[in-house]
Amino acid sequence: MSTTAHARSRLILQESGITRAILIAVVFAFLALFLLVPLGTVFLLAFEKGIGAYLSALSDPGTRSAISLTLLAAGIAVPVNLVFGLLAAWLLAKFNFPGRALLVTLLDVPFSVSPVVAGLSFVLLFGRAGLFGPFLQAHDIAVIFAAPGIVLATIFVTVPFVVREVLPLMQAQGNSEEEAAMTLGASGLRTFFRVTLPKIKWGVLYGVVLANARAMGEFGAVSVVSGHIRGVTTTLPLHAEILYNEYNFVGAFAVASLLSMLSIATLVLKKLIEWRAR
Amino acid sequence: MSVRVERVTKRYSAAGTPAVANVSFEAKAGAITSIIGPSGAGKSTILRLVAGLELPDEGRVFIGEQDTSNVTIQSRGVGLVFQNYALFQNMTVRDNIAFGLTVRKRDKAEIDARVEKLLSLVQLAGKGNRFPRELSGGQRQRVAFARALAIDPKVLLLDEPFGALDARVRIELREWLEGVQKEMGVTTLLVTHDQEEALEISEHVVLMFDGRVAQAGSPGDLYDRPLSPEIAAFLGASVLQGSVKNGQAQAGSFSVSATGTAVEGEKVRAVLRSEDLKLTRSATDGEVRAAFVRRLKVVGGRVKVSLDLPHGESVSVDLPRSEVDALALAEGEQVFVDVSSARIFYGEFDI
Repeated sequence: MSTTAHARSRLILQESGITRAILIAVVFAFLALFLLVPLGTVFLLAFEKGIGAYLSALSDPGTRSAISLTLLAAGIAVPVNLVFGLLAAWLLAKFNFPGRALLVTLLDVPFSVSPVVAGLSFVLLFGRAGLFGPFLQAHDIAVIFAAPGIVLATIFVTVPFVVREVLPLMQAQGNSEEEAAMTLGASGLRTFFRVTLPKIKWGVLYGVVLANARAMGEFGAVSVVSGHIRGVTTTLPLHAEILYNEYNFVGAFAVASLLSMLSIATLVLKKLIEWRAR
Repeated sequence: MSVRVERVTKRYSAAGTPAVANVSFEAKAGAITSIIGPSGAGKSTILRLVAGLELPDEGRVFIGEQDTSNVTIQSRGVGLVFQNYALFQNMTVRDNIAFGLTVRKRDKAEIDARVEKLLSLVQLAGKGNRFPRELSGGQRQRVAFARALAIDPKVLLLDEPFGALDARVRIELREWLEGVQKEMGVTTLLVTHDQEEALEISEHVVLMFDGRVAQAGSPGDLYDRPLSPEIAAFLGASVLQGSVKNGQAQAGSFSVSATGTAVEGEKVRAVLRSEDLKLTRSATDGEVRAAFVRRLKVVGGRVKVSLDLPHGESVSVDLPRSEVDALALAEGEQVFVDVSSARIFYGEFDI
């Protein structure tokens, strides 16, 4: 009896072992085909003509200007959304007011709207024929087909990241520590920096990392408002496309490799934060 | 300093029923005043109004002689202790206790000396460098007490401070608090849903139902002279329902001739406290009813005896085990209950 039971349990185990092996193989094959191979290809093609060609592709003036524009856009959009995200999360977590539910929904608009549509709406607002067009032209301010438009589009697509991470944290943690701090004499600002911020810092950092990745990698919305003026209004993703269309594969993939490294760094940071926040 | 709440009303939403309606009471300086009542009675709202975390829609709150209407949370000088401790997780025990003093920009040496004194007061000397997560529940709550006491509060506000602790720690901490409170003489407002706790440690009790004060007075007052059957029931008595019939106040198995002012058909309720019910094995003179022992529940040295009266009402009596043994009670047996000391209430009560 016991031997048959033993044999049966072995059989079950073996079956599950085979199933497991198949599942693992399928998942890995899929990931390899769709993630690892393309990622490898990026680096392979970037270094196809040697490290010298790779470096000279990156030091091309157009590429350099794309790097600085990308850094500028992210450098403005991320801090703006950090501040806005914290304010919005604070407002939504601590207060109940008419229109609160609507505001929560609106915060997700940048996730649900196609980036191209977002870009087009900025063109309709700030473009030559747009709502603010005459005013902007009269004052000689260029938004569309210029850096301000790119920054605006980048801010738009990164709005939800910080608030989405911080709001649930604030809601779960409640208010009593803040209330205790205030009865002990701490001002609102001091309470925020000494009590609230330490409680949510990992969530904030997580949101910032994700927002930064999106800010630097955004293509659609930025593409519409950019006008693709080489060396002036191209961010890294746009520049990669331009180079690719010119059959400059080493250049295109060198730029792509920068973006890939950004995503790898983001993943590593994301993991680190998740690990520290536990 | 005393705390005086004067005709205070608070609504959390404009249309909703008020959380607190026209509440007035005074908490005497240097004493523990308990606010008791079922969940949702508005107890915590009172504390939040005194702390300044909420502002009253109507009425005023005085701390000492000062009207607090225009006094900010920060300058009210109240120490708040929550059920969930609400310690600053990112700070050590020492920094938690020092927080209120640091905010007040006191001298560093003075702060250190004060924190050391408080650490030993809350029996945590030598644990100043620990973080809250490294402490037990009872220890965390003692840190919260020390943090609140550090600023020499005019009033100590305690919101179910023992609610999250297990029974043994709760009693230990309650006794500790009583001692510290007496020693420091700080006016204390304690919110609790545990009536026993309130009756035990407070000088004054405010009982709230549905946002209103149902009765306020000494623990003895409330227990011996409840203003309504609901209050008696909240404090642990059994209540029998009935009405006035043929000049007799009848509530189930219970019946006495009605008082002069009672009207025919008026509602009658008989309140029976456990200690008023005398059990005997044989019928004696007076208001004695036969009853059946439905259940005997031994709780340590005492026994909770559940009885079914002739009309099916159930009452419970709490007796020492020795007495139950002397009566030789057993489940399913008949016993006689003397109900002559029942308290009769006529008519409806708003509260």
